Amino acid sequence: MTTITENAIPEPRRGTSDAMIAFVIMTALLLIVPLTGVYPFFVMQALCFALLACAFNLLIGYGGLLSFGHAMFLGTAGYFTAHALKVWGFTPELGILIGTLGAAALGVITGLIAIRRQGIYFAMITLALSQLLYFVYLQTPFTHGEDGIQGIPQGFLFGIFNLSKPITLYYVILAGFLLGFLLIYRAINSPFGEVLKAIRENEPRAISLGYKTDQYKLLAYILSGTLAGFAGSLKVFVAQNASLTDVHWTMSGEIVLMTLVGGLGTIFGPVVGAFVIIAMQQYLAGFGQWVTVIQGAIFVICVLTFRRGVIGEIAHYFKRSL
Amino acid sequence: MGEICLTDEFILETHGLTKEFAGFFAVRDVNLKVKRGTIHALIGPNGAGKTTCFNLLTKFLKPSAGTILYKGQDITALAPADVARLGLVRSFQISAVFPHLTALENVRVALQRQHGASFDFWRSKSVLDQYNHRAEELLEDVGLSEFTKTPAVEMPYGRKRALEIATTLALDPEMMLLDEPMAGMGHEDIDKIAALIKRISAKYTILMVEHNLSVVSNLSDIITVLTRGKVLAEGSYADLTKDERVKEAYLGAGHG
Ligand SMILES: Nc1ncnc2c1ncn2[C@@H]1O[C@H](COP(=O)(O)OP(=O)(O)OP(=O)(O)O)[C@@H](O)[C@H]1O
Ligand SMILES: [Mg+2]
Repeated sequence: MTTITENAIPEPRRGTSDAMIAFVIMTALLLIVPLTGVYPFFVMQALCFALLACAFNLLIGYGGLLSFGHAMFLGTAGYFTAHALKVWGFTPELGILIGTLGAAALGVITGLIAIRRQGIYFAMITLALSQLLYFVYLQTPFTHGEDGIQGIPQGFLFGIFNLSKPITLYYVILAGFLLGFLLIYRAINSPFGEVLKAIRENEPRAISLGYKTDQYKLLAYILSGTLAGFAGSLKVFVAQNASLTDVHWTMSGEIVLMTLVGGLGTIFGPVVGAFVIIAMQQYLAGFGQWVTVIQGAIFVICVLTFRRGVIGEIAHYFKRSL
Repeated sequence: MGEICLTDEFILETHGLTKEFAGFFAVRDVNLKVKRGTIHALIGPNGAGKTTCFNLLTKFLKPSAGTILYKGQDITALAPADVARLGLVRSFQISAVFPHLTALENVRVALQRQHGASFDFWRSKSVLDQYNHRAEELLEDVGLSEFTKTPAVEMPYGRKRALEIATTLALDPEMMLLDEPMAGMGHEDIDKIAALIKRISAKYTILMVEHNLSVVSNLSDIITVLTRGKVLAEGSYADLTKDERVKEAYLGAGHG
Protein backbone atom coordinates (compact mmCIF):
# COMPACT_ATOMS: atom_id res chain seq x y z
CA MET A 1 0.00 0.00 0.00
CA THR A 2 2.99 2.32 0.31
CA THR A 3 2.90 3.05 -3.40
CA ILE A 4 -0.49 4.67 -3.03
CA THR A 5 0.64 7.31 -0.60
CA GLU A 6 3.92 7.80 -2.41
CA ASN A 7 1.99 9.06 -5.40
CA ALA A 8 0.01 11.48 -3.35
CA ILE A 9 2.31 14.46 -3.51
CA PRO A 10 0.53 17.33 -1.86
CA GLU A 11 1.33 20.35 -3.97
CA PRO A 12 -1.98 22.11 -3.70
CA ARG A 13 -1.71 25.16 -5.88
CA ARG A 14 0.79 24.06 -8.48
CA GLY A 15 -0.87 20.65 -8.65
CA THR A 16 -4.14 22.11 -9.82
CA SER A 17 -2.63 24.10 -12.67
CA ASP A 18 -0.41 21.18 -13.72
CA ALA A 19 -3.45 18.96 -13.92
CA MET A 20 -5.25 21.63 -15.90
CA ILE A 21 -2.45 21.84 -18.47
CA ALA A 22 -2.24 18.07 -18.73
CA PHE A 23 -5.99 17.92 -19.20
CA VAL A 24 -5.91 20.46 -22.02
CA ILE A 25 -3.11 18.55 -23.77
CA MET A 26 -4.92 15.24 -23.38
CA THR A 27 -8.20 16.67 -24.69
CA ALA A 28 -6.51 18.36 -27.63
CA LEU A 29 -4.74 15.15 -28.61
CA LEU A 30 -7.95 13.17 -28.39
CA LEU A 31 -9.88 15.75 -30.40
CA ILE A 32 -7.55 15.53 -33.37
CA VAL A 33 -7.35 11.73 -33.43
CA PRO A 34 -9.75 11.33 -36.39
CA LEU A 35 -7.50 13.64 -38.45
CA THR A 36 -4.35 11.66 -37.77
CA GLY A 37 -5.29 8.41 -39.40
CA VAL A 38 -4.96 6.42 -36.17
CA TYR A 39 -7.49 3.61 -36.18
CA PRO A 40 -10.44 5.26 -34.36
CA PHE A 41 -11.88 1.95 -33.21
CA PHE A 42 -8.73 1.36 -31.24
CA VAL A 43 -8.88 4.79 -29.61
CA MET A 44 -12.58 4.44 -28.76
CA GLN A 45 -11.97 1.09 -27.16
CA ALA A 46 -9.03 2.50 -25.25
CA LEU A 47 -11.15 5.44 -24.08
CA CYS A 48 -13.75 3.09 -22.61
CA PHE A 49 -11.06 1.17 -20.77
CA ALA A 50 -9.40 4.41 -19.70
CA LEU A 51 -12.62 5.54 -18.06
CA LEU A 52 -13.00 2.12 -16.49
CA ALA A 53 -9.47 2.29 -15.07
CA CYS A 54 -10.06 5.83 -13.80
CA ALA A 55 -13.18 4.66 -11.99
CA PHE A 56 -11.23 1.76 -10.49
CA ASN A 57 -8.46 4.16 -9.48
CA LEU A 58 -10.94 6.35 -7.63
CA LEU A 59 -11.56 3.40 -5.33
CA ILE A 60 -8.03 2.11 -4.77
CA GLY A 61 -5.95 5.22 -5.39
CA TYR A 62 -8.03 7.51 -3.24
CA GLY A 63 -10.10 5.17 -1.12
CA GLY A 64 -7.38 2.59 -0.54
CA LEU A 65 -9.72 -0.27 -1.46
CA LEU A 66 -8.52 -2.91 -3.92
CA SER A 67 -11.47 -4.33 -5.81
CA PHE A 68 -10.70 -7.46 -7.73
CA GLY A 69 -14.13 -7.68 -9.27
CA HIS A 70 -14.56 -4.46 -11.17
CA ALA A 71 -15.31 -6.32 -14.39
CA MET A 72 -18.73 -7.08 -12.93
CA PHE A 73 -19.69 -3.42 -13.36
CA LEU A 74 -18.34 -3.29 -16.90
CA GLY A 75 -20.14 -6.47 -17.88
CA THR A 76 -23.40 -5.80 -16.08
CA ALA A 77 -23.81 -2.34 -17.59
CA GLY A 78 -22.87 -3.80 -20.97
CA TYR A 79 -25.54 -6.51 -20.80
CA PHE A 80 -28.19 -4.09 -19.55
CA THR A 81 -27.47 -1.53 -22.25
CA ALA A 82 -27.21 -4.16 -24.98
CA HIS A 83 -30.48 -5.77 -23.96
CA ALA A 84 -32.28 -2.44 -23.72
CA LEU A 85 -31.08 -1.42 -27.17
CA LYS A 86 -31.61 -4.68 -28.95
CA VAL A 87 -34.65 -6.26 -27.33
CA TRP A 88 -36.56 -3.28 -26.04
CA GLY A 89 -35.50 -0.95 -28.85
CA PHE A 90 -34.50 1.81 -26.43
CA THR A 91 -32.76 4.97 -27.59
CA PRO A 92 -28.99 5.15 -26.94
CA GLU A 93 -29.29 7.65 -24.09
CA LEU A 94 -31.88 5.49 -22.33
CA GLY A 95 -29.77 2.42 -22.96
CA ILE A 96 -26.76 4.07 -21.36
CA LEU A 97 -28.90 5.22 -18.45
CA ILE A 98 -30.24 1.69 -17.85
CA GLY A 99 -26.75 0.19 -17.97
CA THR A 100 -25.27 2.80 -15.67
CA LEU A 101 -28.14 2.52 -13.18
CA GLY A 102 -27.79 -1.25 -13.27
CA ALA A 103 -24.14 -0.91 -12.30
CA ALA A 104 -25.07 1.58 -9.58
CA ALA A 105 -27.58 -0.87 -8.11
CA LEU A 106 -24.98 -3.61 -8.27
CA GLY A 107 -22.61 -1.25 -6.48
CA VAL A 108 -25.08 -0.74 -3.65
CA ILE A 109 -25.75 -4.45 -3.20
CA THR A 110 -22.18 -5.73 -3.44
CA GLY A 111 -20.86 -2.69 -1.59
CA LEU A 112 -23.03 -3.38 1.45
CA ILE A 113 -21.63 -6.90 1.54
CA ALA A 114 -17.99 -6.09 0.87
CA ILE A 115 -17.27 -2.74 2.48
CA ARG A 116 -16.73 -3.91 6.05
CA ARG A 117 -13.88 -6.15 4.99
CA GLN A 118 -10.35 -4.81 4.97
CA GLY A 119 -7.37 -5.26 2.68
CA ILE A 120 -7.02 -8.66 1.08
CA TYR A 121 -10.43 -9.76 2.38
CA PHE A 122 -12.06 -6.93 0.51
CA ALA A 123 -10.27 -7.96 -2.68
CA MET A 124 -11.33 -11.57 -2.16
CA ILE A 125 -14.96 -10.83 -1.51
CA THR A 126 -15.23 -8.59 -4.56
CA LEU A 127 -13.62 -11.34 -6.61
CA ALA A 128 -16.05 -13.89 -5.20
CA LEU A 129 -19.05 -11.69 -5.90
CA SER A 130 -17.95 -11.07 -9.47
CA GLN A 131 -17.40 -14.81 -10.00
CA LEU A 132 -20.88 -15.44 -8.67
CA LEU A 133 -22.26 -12.95 -11.14
CA TYR A 134 -20.23 -14.52 -13.94
CA PHE A 135 -22.02 -17.81 -13.39
CA VAL A 136 -25.37 -16.07 -13.21
CA TYR A 137 -24.71 -14.45 -16.58
CA LEU A 138 -23.48 -17.74 -17.97
CA GLN A 139 -26.79 -19.37 -17.07
CA THR A 140 -29.46 -16.71 -17.60
CA PRO A 141 -31.02 -16.71 -21.08
CA PHE A 142 -30.99 -12.95 -21.67
CA THR A 143 -27.20 -12.84 -21.93
CA HIS A 144 -27.12 -15.65 -24.52
CA GLY A 145 -24.38 -17.46 -22.62
CA GLU A 146 -21.19 -18.10 -24.55
CA ASP A 147 -22.51 -16.28 -27.64
CA GLY A 148 -23.19 -13.01 -25.89
CA ILE A 149 -25.53 -10.34 -27.23
CA GLN A 150 -24.46 -9.63 -30.79
CA GLY A 151 -25.38 -7.16 -33.53
CA ILE A 152 -26.53 -4.35 -31.32
CA PRO A 153 -28.10 -1.41 -33.15
CA GLN A 154 -26.28 1.84 -32.44
CA GLY A 155 -29.12 4.22 -33.21
CA PHE A 156 -29.33 7.98 -32.93
CA LEU A 157 -28.20 9.66 -29.71
CA PHE A 158 -30.82 12.23 -28.61
CA GLY A 159 -32.42 11.53 -31.98
CA ILE A 160 -29.70 13.57 -33.71
CA PHE A 161 -26.30 11.94 -33.64
CA ASN A 162 -25.97 8.94 -35.91
CA LEU A 163 -23.83 6.55 -33.91
CA SER A 164 -23.27 4.21 -36.84
CA LYS A 165 -21.10 6.91 -38.40
CA PRO A 166 -17.61 6.26 -37.01
CA ILE A 167 -16.66 9.92 -36.70
CA THR A 168 -19.86 10.80 -34.81
CA LEU A 169 -19.48 7.76 -32.60
CA TYR A 170 -15.90 8.75 -31.89
CA TYR A 171 -16.81 12.18 -30.61
CA VAL A 172 -19.74 10.87 -28.59
CA ILE A 173 -17.48 8.32 -26.91
CA LEU A 174 -14.90 11.03 -26.33
CA ALA A 175 -17.54 13.29 -24.79
CA GLY A 176 -18.66 10.43 -22.55
CA PHE A 177 -15.11 9.73 -21.50
CA LEU A 178 -14.40 13.40 -20.72
CA LEU A 179 -17.62 13.67 -18.75
CA GLY A 180 -16.73 10.63 -16.65
CA PHE A 181 -13.14 11.74 -16.25
CA LEU A 182 -14.14 15.20 -15.03
CA LEU A 183 -16.67 13.72 -12.63
CA ILE A 184 -13.96 11.54 -11.13
CA TYR A 185 -11.57 14.48 -10.97
CA ARG A 186 -14.20 16.50 -9.20
CA ALA A 187 -14.98 13.71 -6.74
CA ILE A 188 -11.29 13.42 -5.90
CA ASN A 189 -11.08 17.16 -5.33
CA SER A 190 -14.32 17.55 -3.44
CA PRO A 191 -15.10 17.81 0.27
CA PHE A 192 -15.91 14.10 0.04
CA GLY A 193 -12.55 13.43 -1.62
CA GLU A 194 -10.77 15.13 1.27
CA VAL A 195 -12.44 12.83 3.78
CA LEU A 196 -11.63 9.84 1.60
CA LYS A 197 -7.96 10.79 1.55
CA ALA A 198 -7.99 11.24 5.30
CA ILE A 199 -9.51 7.79 5.75
CA ARG A 200 -6.92 6.24 3.45
CA GLU A 201 -4.13 7.99 5.33
CA ASN A 202 -5.25 7.07 8.82
CA GLU A 203 -8.58 5.37 9.31
CA PRO A 204 -8.54 5.09 13.13
CA ARG A 205 -7.83 8.79 13.38
CA ALA A 206 -10.69 9.57 11.00
CA ILE A 207 -12.98 7.44 13.17
CA SER A 208 -11.78 9.20 16.29
CA LEU A 209 -12.77 12.48 14.68
CA GLY A 210 -16.28 11.12 14.38
CA TYR A 211 -16.30 9.93 10.77
CA LYS A 212 -18.31 6.80 10.05
CA THR A 213 -15.71 5.62 7.62
CA ASP A 214 -17.72 2.71 6.23
CA GLN A 215 -20.25 5.13 4.79
CA TYR A 216 -17.57 7.06 2.94
CA LYS A 217 -15.97 3.92 1.59
CA LEU A 218 -19.37 2.67 0.48
CA LEU A 219 -20.09 5.87 -1.39
CA ALA A 220 -16.66 5.71 -3.06
CA TYR A 221 -17.36 2.12 -4.04
CA ILE A 222 -20.77 2.92 -5.49
CA LEU A 223 -19.42 5.93 -7.40
CA SER A 224 -16.58 3.84 -8.74
CA GLY A 225 -18.92 1.03 -9.77
CA THR A 226 -21.39 3.40 -11.38
CA LEU A 227 -18.71 5.08 -13.48
CA ALA A 228 -17.20 1.72 -14.40
CA GLY A 229 -20.71 0.81 -15.54
CA PHE A 230 -20.95 3.99 -17.57
CA ALA A 231 -17.75 2.92 -19.35
CA GLY A 232 -19.31 -0.49 -19.96
CA SER A 233 -22.42 1.09 -21.49
CA LEU A 234 -20.33 3.25 -23.81
CA LYS A 235 -18.29 0.25 -24.84
CA VAL A 236 -21.42 -1.47 -26.16
CA PHE A 237 -21.66 1.13 -28.92
CA VAL A 238 -18.05 0.58 -29.89
CA ALA A 239 -17.92 -3.21 -29.80
CA GLN A 240 -21.57 -3.69 -30.75
CA ASN A 241 -21.72 -6.70 -28.50
CA ALA A 242 -21.84 -7.67 -24.86
CA SER A 243 -20.13 -10.87 -23.88
CA LEU A 244 -18.88 -12.95 -20.99
CA THR A 245 -15.28 -11.75 -21.44
CA ASP A 246 -16.30 -8.44 -19.94
CA VAL A 247 -17.44 -10.09 -16.70
CA HIS A 248 -14.59 -12.56 -16.51
CA TRP A 249 -12.07 -12.26 -13.67
CA THR A 250 -9.23 -11.81 -16.15
CA MET A 251 -10.86 -8.54 -17.14
CA SER A 252 -10.77 -7.45 -13.50
CA GLY A 253 -7.08 -8.31 -13.55
CA GLU A 254 -6.53 -6.22 -16.65
CA ILE A 255 -8.13 -3.23 -14.98
CA VAL A 256 -5.70 -3.58 -12.09
CA LEU A 257 -2.84 -3.93 -14.57
CA MET A 258 -3.79 -0.82 -16.53
CA THR A 259 -3.99 1.25 -13.38
CA LEU A 260 -0.68 -0.04 -12.04
CA VAL A 261 1.16 0.52 -15.32
CA GLY A 262 -0.13 4.08 -15.57
CA GLY A 263 0.21 4.96 -11.92
CA LEU A 264 -2.00 4.16 -8.98
CA GLY A 265 -3.47 7.20 -7.29
CA THR A 266 -2.55 9.57 -10.12
CA ILE A 267 -5.18 11.38 -12.13
CA PHE A 268 -3.88 10.64 -15.62
CA GLY A 269 -2.09 7.37 -14.93
CA PRO A 270 -5.05 5.06 -15.56
CA VAL A 271 -5.67 6.74 -18.94
CA VAL A 272 -2.08 6.18 -20.02
CA GLY A 273 -2.12 2.65 -18.63
CA ALA A 274 -5.28 1.76 -20.53
CA PHE A 275 -3.83 3.05 -23.81
CA VAL A 276 -0.59 1.13 -23.24
CA ILE A 277 -2.35 -2.15 -22.51
CA ILE A 278 -4.94 -1.83 -25.29
CA ALA A 279 -2.21 -0.83 -27.77
CA MET A 280 -0.18 -3.85 -26.75
CA GLN A 281 -3.11 -6.16 -27.28
CA GLN A 282 -3.76 -4.54 -30.62
CA TYR A 283 -0.26 -4.50 -32.02
CA LEU A 284 0.96 -7.71 -30.46
CA ALA A 285 -2.12 -9.62 -31.55
CA GLY A 286 0.05 -11.43 -34.09
CA PHE A 287 1.94 -13.15 -31.30
CA GLY A 288 -1.21 -15.00 -30.24
CA GLN A 289 -0.81 -16.62 -26.84
CA TRP A 290 2.40 -14.70 -26.29
CA VAL A 291 0.51 -11.46 -25.63
CA THR A 292 -0.35 -12.74 -22.19
CA VAL A 293 3.28 -13.63 -21.50
CA ILE A 294 4.49 -10.24 -22.70
CA GLN A 295 1.84 -8.54 -20.59
CA GLY A 296 2.94 -10.55 -17.60
CA ALA A 297 6.55 -9.59 -18.21
CA ILE A 298 5.65 -5.91 -18.43
CA PHE A 299 3.72 -6.23 -15.23
CA VAL A 300 6.73 -7.73 -13.49
CA ILE A 301 9.04 -5.04 -14.85
CA CYS A 302 6.58 -2.41 -13.74
CA VAL A 303 6.42 -3.69 -10.20
CA LEU A 304 10.18 -4.15 -9.98
CA THR A 305 11.47 -0.98 -11.61
CA PHE A 306 8.86 1.71 -11.71
CA ARG A 307 6.44 0.95 -8.99
CA ARG A 308 4.72 4.29 -9.27
CA GLY A 309 3.70 3.62 -12.86
CA VAL A 310 4.42 5.79 -15.88
CA ILE A 311 2.66 8.93 -14.72
CA GLY A 312 3.51 8.29 -11.08
CA GLU A 313 7.23 8.24 -11.90
CA ILE A 314 7.00 11.38 -14.01
CA ALA A 315 5.03 13.18 -11.32
CA HIS A 316 7.51 12.05 -8.68
CA TYR A 317 10.51 13.13 -10.76
CA PHE A 318 9.16 16.61 -11.34
CA LYS A 319 7.58 16.73 -7.88
CA ARG A 320 4.23 17.45 -9.44
CA SER A 321 0.80 16.06 -8.83
CA LEU A 322 -0.63 14.61 -12.04
CA MET B 1 -9.42 26.39 37.49
CA GLY B 2 -10.82 26.64 40.99
CA GLU B 3 -14.27 27.64 39.85
CA ILE B 4 -14.69 24.61 37.63
CA CYS B 5 -13.64 22.26 40.40
CA LEU B 6 -16.52 23.56 42.47
CA THR B 7 -18.95 21.48 40.46
CA ASP B 8 -18.77 17.98 41.77
CA GLU B 9 -20.06 16.48 38.59
CA PHE B 10 -18.43 13.46 37.00
CA ILE B 11 -18.25 13.69 33.24
CA LEU B 12 -17.05 10.13 32.76
CA GLU B 13 -17.65 7.07 34.91
CA THR B 14 -16.95 3.42 34.45
CA HIS B 15 -18.35 0.55 36.45
CA GLY B 16 -16.57 -2.77 36.49
CA LEU B 17 -14.90 -2.12 33.16
CA THR B 18 -13.16 -5.29 32.02
CA LYS B 19 -11.38 -6.44 28.90
CA GLU B 20 -10.28 -10.00 28.41
CA PHE B 21 -8.04 -11.17 25.58
CA ALA B 22 -8.33 -14.95 25.38
CA GLY B 23 -8.12 -15.51 29.13
CA PHE B 24 -5.78 -12.60 29.80
CA PHE B 25 -7.31 -9.65 31.61
CA ALA B 26 -5.78 -6.49 30.20
CA VAL B 27 -8.28 -4.39 32.14
CA ARG B 28 -10.07 -5.79 35.16
CA ASP B 29 -12.98 -4.35 37.06
CA VAL B 30 -11.96 -0.72 36.71
CA ASN B 31 -14.16 1.89 38.35
CA LEU B 32 -13.02 5.25 37.13
CA LYS B 33 -14.57 8.63 37.86
CA VAL B 34 -13.37 11.70 36.04
CA LYS B 35 -14.45 15.07 37.36
CA ARG B 36 -15.54 17.68 34.88
CA GLY B 37 -12.91 20.33 34.26
CA THR B 38 -9.96 18.44 35.74
CA ILE B 39 -6.79 16.99 34.35
CA HIS B 40 -6.93 13.38 35.36
CA ALA B 41 -3.81 11.29 34.84
CA LEU B 42 -3.77 7.56 34.29
CA ILE B 43 -0.36 6.13 35.08
CA GLY B 44 1.16 2.70 35.49
CA PRO B 45 4.00 0.54 34.26
CA ASN B 46 4.20 -0.73 30.68
CA GLY B 47 1.44 -3.15 29.85
CA ALA B 48 -0.71 -1.99 32.76
CA GLY B 49 -3.69 -1.60 30.46
CA LYS B 50 -3.79 2.17 30.03
CA THR B 51 -4.12 2.18 26.25
CA THR B 52 -6.60 -0.67 26.43
CA CYS B 53 -8.60 1.46 28.83
CA PHE B 54 -8.63 4.30 26.32
CA ASN B 55 -9.66 1.92 23.59
CA LEU B 56 -12.56 0.76 25.73
CA LEU B 57 -13.67 4.26 26.69
CA THR B 58 -13.73 5.37 23.06
CA LYS B 59 -15.21 2.05 21.92
CA PHE B 60 -12.31 1.12 19.68
CA LEU B 61 -12.53 -2.11 21.69
CA LYS B 62 -15.67 -3.76 23.03
CA PRO B 63 -15.62 -4.22 26.79
CA SER B 64 -15.96 -7.81 27.97
CA ALA B 65 -17.93 -6.51 30.95
CA GLY B 66 -18.85 -3.28 32.65
CA THR B 67 -20.50 -0.05 31.68
CA ILE B 68 -19.29 3.38 30.61
CA LEU B 69 -21.27 6.50 31.44
CA TYR B 70 -20.46 9.75 29.70
CA LYS B 71 -22.35 12.78 30.94
CA GLY B 72 -24.76 10.41 32.59
CA GLN B 73 -25.47 8.60 29.34
CA ASP B 74 -24.63 4.93 28.90
CA ILE B 75 -22.28 4.80 25.92
CA THR B 76 -21.22 1.18 26.34
CA ALA B 77 -22.98 0.07 23.17
CA LEU B 78 -22.10 2.99 20.91
CA ALA B 79 -19.86 2.94 17.81
CA PRO B 80 -16.54 4.78 18.12
CA ALA B 81 -17.54 7.52 15.66
CA ASP B 82 -20.67 8.17 17.72
CA VAL B 83 -18.66 8.48 20.92
CA ALA B 84 -16.52 11.09 19.19
CA ARG B 85 -19.62 12.93 18.07
CA LEU B 86 -20.76 13.20 21.67
CA GLY B 87 -17.61 15.20 22.41
CA LEU B 88 -15.36 12.50 23.86
CA VAL B 89 -12.35 12.60 21.57
CA ARG B 90 -9.12 10.66 21.87
CA SER B 91 -5.59 10.89 20.61
CA PHE B 92 -3.33 7.93 20.00
CA GLN B 93 -0.15 6.69 21.62
CA ILE B 94 1.53 6.72 18.22
CA SER B 95 1.19 10.12 16.65
CA ALA B 96 -1.99 10.19 14.59
CA VAL B 97 -1.96 12.73 11.82
CA PHE B 98 -2.90 12.47 8.16
CA PRO B 99 0.68 12.37 6.86
CA HIS B 100 0.22 13.59 3.30
CA LEU B 101 -2.20 16.35 4.12
CA THR B 102 -0.83 19.73 5.14
CA ALA B 103 -1.22 20.93 8.72
CA LEU B 104 -4.05 23.16 7.58
CA GLU B 105 -5.79 20.30 5.80
CA ASN B 106 -5.39 18.07 8.84
CA VAL B 107 -7.29 20.53 10.98
CA ARG B 108 -9.82 21.17 8.24
CA VAL B 109 -10.76 17.51 8.12
CA ALA B 110 -11.96 17.87 11.69
CA LEU B 111 -13.76 21.15 11.07
CA GLN B 112 -15.41 19.71 8.01
CA ARG B 113 -16.88 16.80 9.99
CA GLN B 114 -18.68 19.17 12.31
CA HIS B 115 -20.05 21.47 9.70
CA GLY B 116 -21.29 18.86 7.26
CA ALA B 117 -21.03 18.65 3.47
CA SER B 118 -18.59 15.77 3.87
CA PHE B 119 -20.46 13.60 1.40
CA ASP B 120 -20.59 16.25 -1.33
CA PHE B 121 -18.61 14.67 -4.13
CA TRP B 122 -19.94 16.99 -6.81
CA ARG B 123 -18.71 20.22 -5.26
CA SER B 124 -15.24 21.68 -5.50
CA LYS B 125 -13.15 21.36 -2.39
CA SER B 126 -12.69 25.11 -2.56
CA VAL B 127 -15.88 25.27 -0.47
CA LEU B 128 -13.63 24.10 2.36
CA ASP B 129 -11.69 27.34 2.18
CA GLN B 130 -14.33 28.85 4.43
CA TYR B 131 -12.73 26.85 7.26
CA ASN B 132 -9.22 28.10 6.58
CA HIS B 133 -9.52 31.01 8.92
CA ARG B 134 -10.63 28.90 11.86
CA ALA B 135 -8.00 26.30 11.04
CA GLU B 136 -5.29 28.94 11.02
CA GLU B 137 -6.47 30.20 14.39
CA LEU B 138 -6.28 26.72 15.83
CA LEU B 139 -2.81 26.18 14.40
CA GLU B 140 -1.64 29.48 15.79
CA ASP B 141 -3.06 28.50 19.14
CA VAL B 142 -0.71 25.53 19.36
CA GLY B 143 2.20 27.45 17.86
CA LEU B 144 2.12 25.92 14.40
CA SER B 145 1.55 29.00 12.25
CA GLU B 146 4.75 28.47 10.28
CA PHE B 147 3.71 24.93 9.35
CA THR B 148 0.32 25.75 7.83
CA LYS B 149 1.29 24.57 4.35
CA THR B 150 3.67 21.82 5.43
CA PRO B 151 2.62 18.21 4.90
CA ALA B 152 2.33 16.61 8.32
CA VAL B 153 4.84 13.92 7.39
CA GLU B 154 7.55 16.56 7.08
CA MET B 155 6.94 18.10 10.49
CA PRO B 156 9.17 17.35 13.51
CA TYR B 157 7.74 14.81 15.91
CA GLY B 158 6.87 17.26 18.66
CA ARG B 159 5.06 19.47 16.21
CA LYS B 160 3.03 16.52 14.97
CA ARG B 161 1.72 15.96 18.47
CA ALA B 162 0.78 19.62 18.65
CA LEU B 163 -1.00 19.25 15.33
CA GLU B 164 -2.92 16.32 16.74
CA ILE B 165 -4.09 18.45 19.61
CA ALA B 166 -5.09 21.26 17.27
CA THR B 167 -7.07 18.77 15.18
CA THR B 168 -8.79 17.44 18.27
CA LEU B 169 -9.55 20.95 19.49
CA ALA B 170 -11.15 21.70 16.13
CA LEU B 171 -13.98 19.39 17.14
CA ASP B 172 -14.53 21.49 20.24
CA PRO B 173 -14.81 18.38 22.38
CA GLU B 174 -15.91 18.39 25.98
CA MET B 175 -13.41 15.79 27.01
CA MET B 176 -10.06 14.78 25.56
CA LEU B 177 -8.24 11.53 26.08
CA LEU B 178 -4.53 11.97 25.46
CA ASP B 179 -2.41 8.84 25.24
CA GLU B 180 1.18 9.75 26.10
CA PRO B 181 1.10 13.15 24.40
CA MET B 182 4.77 13.70 25.24
CA ALA B 183 6.26 10.33 24.48
CA GLY B 184 9.49 10.56 22.49
CA MET B 185 9.83 14.31 22.87
CA GLY B 186 12.73 16.49 23.87
CA HIS B 187 12.62 18.83 26.90
CA GLU B 188 11.67 21.87 24.95
CA ASP B 189 8.75 20.21 23.24
CA ILE B 190 7.58 18.67 26.51
CA ASP B 191 7.40 22.10 28.11
CA LYS B 192 5.48 23.49 25.16
CA ILE B 193 2.94 20.69 25.11
CA ALA B 194 2.58 20.76 28.89
CA ALA B 195 1.87 24.48 28.76
CA LEU B 196 -0.60 23.87 25.99
CA ILE B 197 -2.42 21.17 27.92
CA LYS B 198 -2.50 23.35 31.00
CA ARG B 199 -4.00 26.16 28.98
CA ILE B 200 -6.69 24.15 27.22
CA SER B 201 -7.66 22.43 30.46
CA ALA B 202 -9.43 25.63 31.40
CA LYS B 203 -12.08 24.68 28.87
CA TYR B 204 -11.92 20.92 28.58
CA THR B 205 -11.76 17.89 30.77
CA ILE B 206 -8.62 15.90 30.12
CA LEU B 207 -7.81 12.29 30.84
CA MET B 208 -4.18 11.69 30.12
CA VAL B 209 -1.82 8.74 30.06
CA GLU B 210 1.73 9.84 30.72
CA HIS B 211 4.97 8.21 31.85
CA ASN B 212 6.83 11.42 32.56
CA LEU B 213 6.16 11.84 36.28
CA SER B 214 7.30 15.42 36.56
CA VAL B 215 4.79 16.31 33.88
CA VAL B 216 2.14 14.32 35.69
CA SER B 217 2.89 15.98 39.01
CA ASN B 218 2.78 19.44 37.49
CA LEU B 219 -0.33 19.02 35.43
CA SER B 220 -2.74 16.66 37.04
CA ASP B 221 -5.36 17.31 39.65
CA ILE B 222 -5.86 13.66 40.32
CA ILE B 223 -4.00 10.50 39.41
CA THR B 224 -5.17 6.93 39.02
CA VAL B 225 -2.52 4.24 39.19
CA LEU B 226 -3.15 1.15 37.13
CA THR B 227 -1.18 -2.09 37.46
CA ARG B 228 -1.93 -5.34 35.70
CA GLY B 229 -5.28 -4.03 34.55
CA LYS B 230 -6.46 -3.05 38.04
CA VAL B 231 -6.69 0.23 39.84
CA LEU B 232 -4.03 0.19 42.53
CA ALA B 233 -4.50 3.64 44.01
CA GLU B 234 -5.95 7.03 43.35
CA GLY B 235 -5.26 10.48 44.69
CA SER B 236 -3.16 13.60 44.31
CA TYR B 237 0.51 13.34 43.47
CA ALA B 238 1.42 14.15 47.06
CA ASP B 239 -0.85 11.39 48.37
CA LEU B 240 0.53 8.83 45.99
CA THR B 241 4.18 9.50 46.72
CA LYS B 242 3.41 8.57 50.33
CA ASP B 243 1.62 5.40 49.32
CA GLU B 244 3.84 2.37 49.92
CA ARG B 245 2.02 0.16 47.41
CA VAL B 246 2.49 2.72 44.67
CA LYS B 247 6.17 3.13 45.47
CA GLU B 248 6.63 -0.58 45.32
CA ALA B 249 4.66 -1.25 42.17
CA TYR B 250 5.54 1.77 40.16
CA LEU B 251 7.61 4.60 41.54
CA GLY B 252 9.95 2.28 43.40
CA ALA B 253 11.00 0.53 40.26
CA GLY B 254 12.00 3.80 38.66
CA HIS B 255 13.75 5.34 41.68
CA GLY B 256 15.76 2.27 42.57
N1 LIG C 1 -5.45 -6.69 21.02
C1 LIG C 1 -4.82 -7.31 22.04
N2 LIG C 1 -4.77 -8.65 22.09
C2 LIG C 1 -4.13 -9.26 23.11
N3 LIG C 1 -3.52 -8.63 24.11
C3 LIG C 1 -3.51 -7.29 24.10
C4 LIG C 1 -4.17 -6.56 23.06
N4 LIG C 1 -4.01 -5.23 23.32
C5 LIG C 1 -3.29 -5.16 24.45
N5 LIG C 1 -3.00 -6.38 24.92
C6 LIG C 1 -2.26 -6.67 26.15
O1 LIG C 1 -2.88 -5.99 27.20
C7 LIG C 1 -1.92 -5.48 28.09
C8 LIG C 1 -2.13 -4.00 28.29
O2 LIG C 1 -1.74 -3.33 27.11
P1 LIG C 1 -1.85 -1.76 26.98
O3 LIG C 1 -1.42 -1.42 25.62
O4 LIG C 1 -3.20 -1.33 27.40
O5 LIG C 1 -0.77 -1.27 28.02
P2 LIG C 1 -0.32 0.20 28.37
O6 LIG C 1 -0.61 0.40 29.80
O7 LIG C 1 -0.88 1.17 27.43
O8 LIG C 1 1.25 0.08 28.18
P3 LIG C 1 2.31 1.12 27.60
O9 LIG C 1 2.70 1.99 28.74
O10 LIG C 1 3.44 0.26 27.16
O11 LIG C 1 1.65 1.85 26.49
C9 LIG C 1 -0.54 -5.82 27.53
O12 LIG C 1 -0.06 -6.95 28.19
C10 LIG C 1 -0.84 -6.13 26.09
O13 LIG C 1 0.05 -7.12 25.60
MG1 LIG D 1 -0.16 2.43 26.01
